[in-house]
Amino acid sequence: MSKDEVKILAIETSCDETAAAVVVDGYKVRSNVISSQIALHTVYGGVVPEIASRKHIEKVNQVIEQALAEAEVTLDEIDAIGVTYGPGLVGALLVGVAEAKAISYAKNIPLVGVHHIEGHICANYIENPELKPPFLCLVVSGGHTHLVRVEAYGRYEILGRTRDDAAGEAFDKVARAIGLGYPGGPKIEAAAREGNPHAVEFPRAKIEGEPYDFSFSGLKSAVLNYLNMSKMKGMDVVQADIAASFQKAVTDVLIGNSIRAMEAFGSKRFAIAGGVASNGALREGIREACEQRGIAFYHPSPVFCTDNAAMIGVAAYYAYRNGERAGLDLNAVPNLRLGER
Amino acid sequence: MKILGLDSSGLVASVAVVEDGSLLGEYTVNYKKTHSQTLLPMLDAVAKMIELDLRTVDAVAIAGGPGSFTGLRIGAATAKGLGLALGKPLVKVPTVDALAYNLVGHQSVVCPLMDARRNQTYTGLYRFCGNDMQTLREQSAIGIEEILADINRRGMPVVFLGDGVPVFLPYIEKNVKVPYTIAPAHVSRQRAGAVATLGMKYWKEGKIETAREHVPEYLRLSQAEREQAEREEGQGQ
Repeated sequence: MSKDEVKILAIETSCDETAAAVVVDGYKVRSNVISSQIALHTVYGGVVPEIASRKHIEKVNQVIEQALAEAEVTLDEIDAIGVTYGPGLVGALLVGVAEAKAISYAKNIPLVGVHHIEGHICANYIENPELKPPFLCLVVSGGHTHLVRVEAYGRYEILGRTRDDAAGEAFDKVARAIGLGYPGGPKIEAAAREGNPHAVEFPRAKIEGEPYDFSFSGLKSAVLNYLNMSKMKGMDVVQADIAASFQKAVTDVLIGNSIRAMEAFGSKRFAIAGGVASNGALREGIREACEQRGIAFYHPSPVFCTDNAAMIGVAAYYAYRNGERAGLDLNAVPNLRLGER
Repeated sequence: MKILGLDSSGLVASVAVVEDGSLLGEYTVNYKKTHSQTLLPMLDAVAKMIELDLRTVDAVAIAGGPGSFTGLRIGAATAKGLGLALGKPLVKVPTVDALAYNLVGHQSVVCPLMDARRNQTYTGLYRFCGNDMQTLREQSAIGIEEILADINRRGMPVVFLGDGVPVFLPYIEKNVKVPYTIAPAHVSRQRAGAVATLGMKYWKEGKIETAREHVPEYLRLSQAEREQAEREEGQGQ
């Protein structure tokens, strides 16, 4: 590695993945280690914050050491440490934040606090170094649903957000209701492939006066009501049809709002990010919408869609270059808003 | 040899550096503020005051639980990060043992009482023979009735300390059958000086662990695990 390269060690513990990565110059991923806890939380039907936090403490050093080893670097060669400090589960975030601060302090390495959603957006730079702001980005995950205008590196305007459930959360809840289990996203997508997306016309919520905002709790309730009604009438429910119809309703809303933004802002580039961005139906729908309008479409590979530290390293790189530094008093901010520092 | 001690297991945040027989510096704060924001700046302040080169520290002693789950993890992650960065081992010091060690040399039976919520206390019983600490009852999470019954059964004078004292004092006053005292202010809560001093003792006995393997001793399952276990028990019957 040349001397001028900027090497970032990134740490991410905002939810149920303990992750560390080494990223060079904001896009070259030298290592990307993820210790997933999905199996642990499956028995509870969702992420249990206390269990997640305990697991982070168990795994965090091992994951960091592995990330350094796979990247073939030592801490002495690291230029900055990036860590997710929000939004997320506070107890989970605190593990990464305290760990990162201690390493930064002991080795006198600059520390940068990273917004988790900013990380998701920046995941797009990894495989598309030609992508540069400004562009529009739809961020969809288990905890977040945002339509964002990326004005510059580190500068974001939130055009729309969910009023209630995140899209991924709706996937989890519906998956549980129709007996598919956790995590809901991949399970619904798989079931939906065998089903009829027009079997049930579930509602697509629109919010008066807020063309880019989302709402998924009504849709979730509609699915639950449909299941109850069917049960009362003694009707058989086809799991695949419900999955397909539900997924269609969610993606219609996500794609519809995205198209409105594409047209209103005349954007030349559109990206998707977050765990739900690995959903094939969503990705293909957005791709089609972009192609029809001559808009370049970007999406990360699935491994960079779900929570990972490489994306945090990318975001930290731009913040570091921008002169941003976190102090020893950096705290976890569970409700951190995008664009706030 | 030099030991860095950390304790963020309760309301107190405390940092200390002990070198051989001397406490070089200690910073203890008993004030409502998140340890996440205070612990490392406190270490930095102490280090600056005593011109500490962190690389000269032989091990990081950490109050390893029980205590507030989040507080324990802030301390653990800080100690693990320091250990990883410095390539130094950790020494896990049971929180209740370290509390008892505040009263080293005391003539009475020492009973730390930490407020564990849910009508419980993290507690234990200790006795000193000179500077040697004997554990009469290992730290555990139990009801105040249980520990007080044990104290009454032993029939020896006792001294109480810890953040559980104000919580349980009304019960103690009503039910205690042995002479008792309450530890004075300067030794009544967690002190990293005690963690570091005990840590040095453990270090000499070879009771160390790697930064990688260290996890806090919570003494309790998470609520979700507890409820799950209750459900399974219910199904089994």
